Amino acid sequence: MPVVFEKTRGLTDVETHYCPGCTHGIIHRLVAEVLEEMELLDASIGVAPVGCAVLAYKYFNCDMHEAAHGRAPAVATGIKRVFPDRTVFAYQGDGDLASIGTAEIVHAAHRGEKITVIFVNNAIYGMTGGQMAPTTLLGQKTTTSPLGRERSHAGSPLRVSEMLATIDGAAFIERTSVHDPQAVRKTKAAIRRAFTVQQKGLGFSMVEILSTCPTNWGMTPVDSLQWVQDHMIPYYPLGNLRDPETENRP
Amino acid sequence: MEASSEKVLMKGNEAVGAAAIRGGCRYFFGYPITPQNELPEYMARELPRVGGVFLQAESEIAAINMVYGAAGCGVRVMTSSSSPGIALKQEGISYIAGAELPCVIVNMMRGGPGLGGIQPGQADYFQATRGGGNGDYRHIVYAPASVQETADLMTEAFDVADLYRIPVMVLGDGMIGQMMEPVELRDAPHRDLPPKDWATTGTEGRRTPNIINSLYLQPQDLEDHNIRLARKHAVIEEREVRYESYRTDDAKLVFVSYGTASRIVRNAVEMLRQEGENVGMIRPITLWPWPQSAFDELGSSVRAVMAVEMSMGQMIDDVKIAAAGRWPVGFYGRSGGMIPDQHAIAGAARTMLEEVV
Repeated sequence: MPVVFEKTRGLTDVETHYCPGCTHGIIHRLVAEVLEEMELLDASIGVAPVGCAVLAYKYFNCDMHEAAHGRAPAVATGIKRVFPDRTVFAYQGDGDLASIGTAEIVHAAHRGEKITVIFVNNAIYGMTGGQMAPTTLLGQKTTTSPLGRERSHAGSPLRVSEMLATIDGAAFIERTSVHDPQAVRKTKAAIRRAFTVQQKGLGFSMVEILSTCPTNWGMTPVDSLQWVQDHMIPYYPLGNLRDPETENRP
Repeated sequence: MEASSEKVLMKGNEAVGAAAIRGGCRYFFGYPITPQNELPEYMARELPRVGGVFLQAESEIAAINMVYGAAGCGVRVMTSSSSPGIALKQEGISYIAGAELPCVIVNMMRGGPGLGGIQPGQADYFQATRGGGNGDYRHIVYAPASVQETADLMTEAFDVADLYRIPVMVLGDGMIGQMMEPVELRDAPHRDLPPKDWATTGTEGRRTPNIINSLYLQPQDLEDHNIRLARKHAVIEEREVRYESYRTDDAKLVFVSYGTASRIVRNAVEMLRQEGENVGMIRPITLWPWPQSAFDELGSSVRAVMAVEMSMGQMIDDVKIAAAGRWPVGFYGRSGGMIPDQHAIAGAARTMLEEVV
């Protein structure tokens, strides 16, 4: 029988620990497929975060570092400065990148580090059990905002992509989603574009991907996908914020 | 040691930079803080000339994590800071020790706690030797007492870090960093070093992925890891201890002092000897591994031991452990950037001798 589909070589055979319905698996696969298709996999070095994707170093089939919480862009900087010709990426969640790691992500962008950051935004701390993140929506209930996030108490959700898009060194910034097949395909195209920008040495690149957390949102996987569409996308609009080819910038 | 060239007059901080480059260091990540700024400034100027990279990070935290990234790639890399900045690096140092990466960290100590002051101090002894970060780890700590010794240890530190896959800290202070002394840059004694086949260099499709990591979710795996680290620490304790015993042969009182304080103690020893008092000094050069053997070698003439530090008393804990009740342990210290005076040290020693003899 002819082979019509094969798992990407970009992922190992290790079974992932992700919850049912979590979209980390889709995003892992997209990153891995792009690296394989662009023939970058064997020359790639990735950096895993602290958070749900903490074990990503077991899943990506390339050299990997496990970083301290929020520090992945600094670790990736150290790697890229040693090996400018290698493809270096960091994979981070919203607690990691948008809370404890704000200094590291802002300054990696500010220096125009030629790394690619995959930023998975599911508006909550997943691994620790559903606490409020800087990205948690107003009114969204979490274990540390039991009555729903209030602006007067915890501020408004942080739009990281818009913030980073104001920085000169940020060559490519795009926000995508994986809530339906079309969005998944657009996400893959954005990831490919981000790695291309790195390959060309044009500067810092990041794809923010809206993701789900059925476990901590207390929803079914299908309802979670719908919630991304109904609640997250209106606050976190999808689209490109910065691209060196189109000279798209705020 | 293979001597190279001529003696030059250098500031301690610059000598550290020159010695690091001689030791093969090609990557430096740091953040400005007094009193060690001449070192990153030297590296910013000199590293590009030898094909290396200097990068000023956004914080000490970012700098040590850049070191983690670069060290994982198998290159010789360092960072430097001073006391409060080293406090910020502790998370990263723990990760580097946990992931068994080689690197060199320089701390030119100033007074603390908190923002403290900018004058020389030795109040980071606990931080340096007790693991300022979390977990069951150790790292080597060199405590040089002159610019020459700082340069020699700095060059050698990169070999030692590579040999044991462990962070090595060179613990100076504002005095060592700022003063100028003649220094001759020399190669370290040869050591056979293992290949860095663990480094993340890109697999090139020729091997399975290398992973730089300190996470072990299964308790048995983590304990096994820690047992392995402890065995490595035991080897280091056996092989890498360094100290100087100065005029201890017939000493009734033995000072214990390191770094800048030990230079003043040496003067106090000379002064007391001229007065006919038999005193000497143990000068630990490695603070970890701690030179227990220096104490075990002391003869029957010894009646008292006295720790002299530029702190309110930190190393004295190790001195008491080393003394193990064999001798009373006294203390003289100045803190906050105040420099001990040899007459005051001698006075404290006379008082103690009167009490115990």
